[in-house]
Amino acid sequence: MQTYNIFSLARNALTGHQNWQKAWRSPPLKDQYDVVVIGAGGHGLSTAYYLAKEFGITNVAVLDRGWLGGGNIARNTLTIRSNYMRDESIPFYVKSVAMYEGLTKELNFNMMHSKRTMVDVVQTYPKMRELRRRQLTMDIYGSTYEQISTEELRRRIPALTGGGPDARLPVIGGMVHTDAGVNRHDAVAWGYARGADALGVEIHQQTAVKSILRGTDGAIQGVETNRGTVRAKKVVVAVSGHTTTLTETAGLKLPLRTMNLTAFVSEPVKPLVDVIVNCPDSGFYFSQSDKGEMVIGGAPDMGQSFRRDIKQHVFEDTVTAMLSLFPAFKKLKLMRQWGGHLDIAHDASPIMSKTDVGGLFVTAGWWGGYKAIPAGGLTLAHLVAKDQPHPLMASFTLGRFKHLDFVLESGTTTAR
Amino acid sequence: MMLIHCPFCGKRSESEFIYGGPVGADRPNPDAVSDAQWVEYLTVTPNPLGPVQEKWWHARGCGEWLTIWRDTRTHDIVEAPENAQ
Repeated sequence: MQTYNIFSLARNALTGHQNWQKAWRSPPLKDQYDVVVIGAGGHGLSTAYYLAKEFGITNVAVLDRGWLGGGNIARNTLTIRSNYMRDESIPFYVKSVAMYEGLTKELNFNMMHSKRTMVDVVQTYPKMRELRRRQLTMDIYGSTYEQISTEELRRRIPALTGGGPDARLPVIGGMVHTDAGVNRHDAVAWGYARGADALGVEIHQQTAVKSILRGTDGAIQGVETNRGTVRAKKVVVAVSGHTTTLTETAGLKLPLRTMNLTAFVSEPVKPLVDVIVNCPDSGFYFSQSDKGEMVIGGAPDMGQSFRRDIKQHVFEDTVTAMLSLFPAFKKLKLMRQWGGHLDIAHDASPIMSKTDVGGLFVTAGWWGGYKAIPAGGLTLAHLVAKDQPHPLMASFTLGRFKHLDFVLESGTTTAR
Repeated sequence: MMLIHCPFCGKRSESEFIYGGPVGADRPNPDAVSDAQWVEYLTVTPNPLGPVQEKWWHARGCGEWLTIWRDTRTHDIVEAPENAQ
């Protein structure tokens, strides 16, 4: 793998940038691998990378029906944070945030990581009590949460001019999560792909998995793709919204529903807001990108959906909520809008697990899974390689449903 | 915006309705099924790439609860699929 640094940049500049190597190979598809990962998104690529790096399993193929990093890793709002509620969740996300902060160095790829703090704008007393309770749990696990006054909140976010004393939901205070940040989603996908490829992992784009194949003993034999049969004793499903569509081809039912979550961006404007602003009571959040665009996300459409666009009434609700707190944004032109479909488990926590089908692993139920890509890949690779769950993810297996031992996280994301 | 057919009010805008969740399996007798079947009843809902049956509440209208089939790929309200009960 060629290293990216100032010397390689200077050397390639002198030769007119004609000699850069491709960031990853496009090898021919073999008919057998040790592990097949379905889905070249954040979780699929990071799982393949850590399988090769930490556990020495390099005969791995990552298959994607489209192009690398073209699914939900390109359709989220980049928020990296660890302000969760449960004892099981917080250490996992603390680890993931720490791994993200070292990822540029680890992968020799500029993640453009910007640790810029997230500020919650609180407008109801029940929400304030809930966040203060979360603060107490987060204190135990080394995450940061701190309450600030309305005056301090308005000082930090001058654009927040709505929500005055006469508003229906006046702003009553804020919470500050200094660990939060944003980075560049393409860099995460490309960085993991390049790193995995350098360790021997093969990435096959335009390779759609049609079904999962089981042998006569019921165990996994491989997958059927549009380019033929690929055999493997271990198959990892990392396809977000289409998890159940695939696992049902192996006769496996999972406690997942697929829903649509939308986001949109404004035209670029001068620097105005330097933190991630989250307004849980109004139901929207945003941050300003390096280009100056406001990246805005809202609440999900409640019904099941496999659509990848935005629904008009969800869009209108989100914009209405935003203008109640940021009336100056009325003049912003919105440039792009998009949706992603993602699956959510019964308790809004992720599922990283072995399944009842021998050799079949799933990573699913990611609601806000972008922040979990490094730790999710590392812990799933541990499970695939050693057949034992990593301590950080032991609570997130399918076993929790068997015992109704849920990790309830509804409300700590936009999931409701 | 979807137009949902209410039996009393006719086709009304989706914004008058509140989503009531997917229609799951009928509740089994807990004494007659295994633990695994009971857990499946509690946690697994159909997640089809296509028509799904769901409940809607005409909360900002006449208050009627109704059941529709909706295609998850297009959000079109559709007839029940042929293999539906």
